Amino acid sequence: MSLAYYPGCTLKTRARNLEEPAVASMEALGLKLDEVPRWNCCGAVYSLADDDLIHRVAPVRNLIRVKKQGKTELVTLCAFCLNTLKRANLLMKEDVEKRDTLNDFIDEGIDYSGEVKVVHLLEVLRDDIGWETLSQKVKFPLRELKVAPYYGCTLLRPREIAIDNVEDPTILREFLKALGASPVDFPESTRCCGSYQVISSPDDIAEYARPILNSALSHGAEAMVLTCPLCDYNLGQGQKELAKKQSGFRGMPLLYFTQLLALALGLGPQVCHFELNHGSPEALLKEKNLLSQSRSLQPIGG
Amino acid sequence: MSTKKKSKNPAKTAVKEEKKITARLIPIYIMGKRYEVPEGLTIMKAMEYAGYILIRGCGCRGGTCGACGTVYRKPGDYKLQVALACQKTVEPDMYIAQIPFFPANRALYNFAGLTAAPEEVFKLYPEMFRCVACNSCTKACPQGIEVMDTISALKQGNIAGAAQLSFDCIQCGLCTSRCFGELAQYHMLQLARRIYGARIVPRAEHLAEMVKAVNEGRYDRFLDELKQAKEDELKKLYQEREVEPMTAGEDWKPKDTRYL
Amino acid sequence: MYVTISQKKSRREFVKKVKELSGQNLQLCYQCGMCSGNCPAAANMDISPRRIIELARLGLDEEIANSKTVWVCASCLACAVNCPRGFDLSKVMEAIRLLTLRKNIDHIRPEDISPKQRCELPQIAMVSGLRKFTG
Repeated sequence: MSLAYYPGCTLKTRARNLEEPAVASMEALGLKLDEVPRWNCCGAVYSLADDDLIHRVAPVRNLIRVKKQGKTELVTLCAFCLNTLKRANLLMKEDVEKRDTLNDFIDEGIDYSGEVKVVHLLEVLRDDIGWETLSQKVKFPLRELKVAPYYGCTLLRPREIAIDNVEDPTILREFLKALGASPVDFPESTRCCGSYQVISSPDDIAEYARPILNSALSHGAEAMVLTCPLCDYNLGQGQKELAKKQSGFRGMPLLYFTQLLALALGLGPQVCHFELNHGSPEALLKEKNLLSQSRSLQPIGG
Repeated sequence: MSTKKKSKNPAKTAVKEEKKITARLIPIYIMGKRYEVPEGLTIMKAMEYAGYILIRGCGCRGGTCGACGTVYRKPGDYKLQVALACQKTVEPDMYIAQIPFFPANRALYNFAGLTAAPEEVFKLYPEMFRCVACNSCTKACPQGIEVMDTISALKQGNIAGAAQLSFDCIQCGLCTSRCFGELAQYHMLQLARRIYGARIVPRAEHLAEMVKAVNEGRYDRFLDELKQAKEDELKKLYQEREVEPMTAGEDWKPKDTRYL
Repeated sequence: MYVTISQKKSRREFVKKVKELSGQNLQLCYQCGMCSGNCPAAANMDISPRRIIELARLGLDEEIANSKTVWVCASCLACAVNCPRGFDLSKVMEAIRLLTLRKNIDHIRPEDISPKQRCELPQIAMVSGLRKFTG
């Protein structure tokens, strides 16, 4: 079985460590991630202006390509892209006037009115595979590694596209438990990392990162799990800056949820590309004996 | 228009008689002004017929230099069409303007210092990320290149893809003239093609071997023979030369195998 | 901080444009400050989000233009999801930004991003930053 898959530009370069373990993991779970042909950049942010149409063209064009393939669901890994695609999809479903104008302008041959469902891979794992089934497929449980689940903004806001409860999300907690890790809830898990402010005020990024990292650390987290390449960059750079500014500040390894998934499914560290991660996760994973593939198989909880 | 020359000496068999040429005149609008030009002419020829002396917006006249990018419209249609003035034949009521040049941003760089990494393009052309995938560039390309897809490839770090898709680009600049994000697509793609050719495409081994053989003097003897040959001998060699047929397969060999 | 409110300074046109672009009813806000409390960028702002709304509905565009608030906003939507009146402040921030950007006045230039950053930043950062800060 295959799923229409939208990677996004970053996953082809800096965030190969988000994409490759995902592709390998989903293959192991019997679901092939099929890249949408001729996909283009979705635009990253969703325009918040009421009269703006040109900035909706990019995400809608991708959805049309999925419809043309005859597929009804589109899965994405990057939380930023999920937000934009899902909101554009909602617009095409609900706003008749804008829908008509956009369909007229985008000459891709067919009209689109929100027929495709846009989901994040976490939703596929929760709703299509299920946590029970997932935990049964885990070959190397993560030995109660204390991981702080960080959601950021784009998976949960605005309310109409949230993949989970906006105030108290649990999807990453359940995901981590299914993999045998120990989720460390912390109050700043939905606080913004600074997003595109890294472009105009790069010096502010450390202060965006500080409350998030401090909160996770003070609640006992050994690592943090992420879903977005921009959060990864901002928190990674942020903790480097904080270490320079403040002696004694220690950051923590930042991992993508797909890397933990691949490790737990026994696909090995090679597909994970840890060399691209911030905070040197390899050292921690080695210490916890989570990197070696030749470990003897252990029953879950053993 | 038409002339007929009468030969002074009817006995001369070499004199040709010029045929009388007539053509229907059709109206076209050049920058809003109406002219009547013979149909069958290219836009460029029609402009010159109308009295324009083209010193810009005119180059090879063969469809490859990109100087004569032209935008036109037909009556009753709001859609803009594009063409190369030297290639496209005039049609009745064509509403034409040329864009001989566009002040597109061209980054300055020392090519020798560039690697094959996609970040090289990000560094030199950060405005590339202003692309909104509106497809106006593709609509403006007279060569039929999917320009939006090429920029998409560049954003994804796929320099090879961008280079291959933009192979037919003649640098006319029409894409930039219509771009919402003010990108200089043709300059960015030229950079991609340069990186592709110099850093990504594998070197032709057979060419390197040939160059080595030439430098080692394998062909010196034959060249000396030709240099010393008399004119008649050279003419004979030329007229009797063996030409590889168009339909030759990979294993075709010439009858004279001395040079192999 | 004293702000003079007078008919001379209040720009009706500005209020109308902000309402149009954001699609929000500025009268909904009852100045509870929930937005400012939730805003992760509030520490970097000279005028708080709550105050921006008050200035906006009074049409005091000059005060807003002299502040850096809308340019420091990261569009994280924490304000929007937490507002007890369902008012979407992020749209008002965007509207105010656009009123400047659409006059062809950019907030940043691509060349101001350092070459090191251009190489290291994920593409989504470049795309989103240029979307929000250039016209």
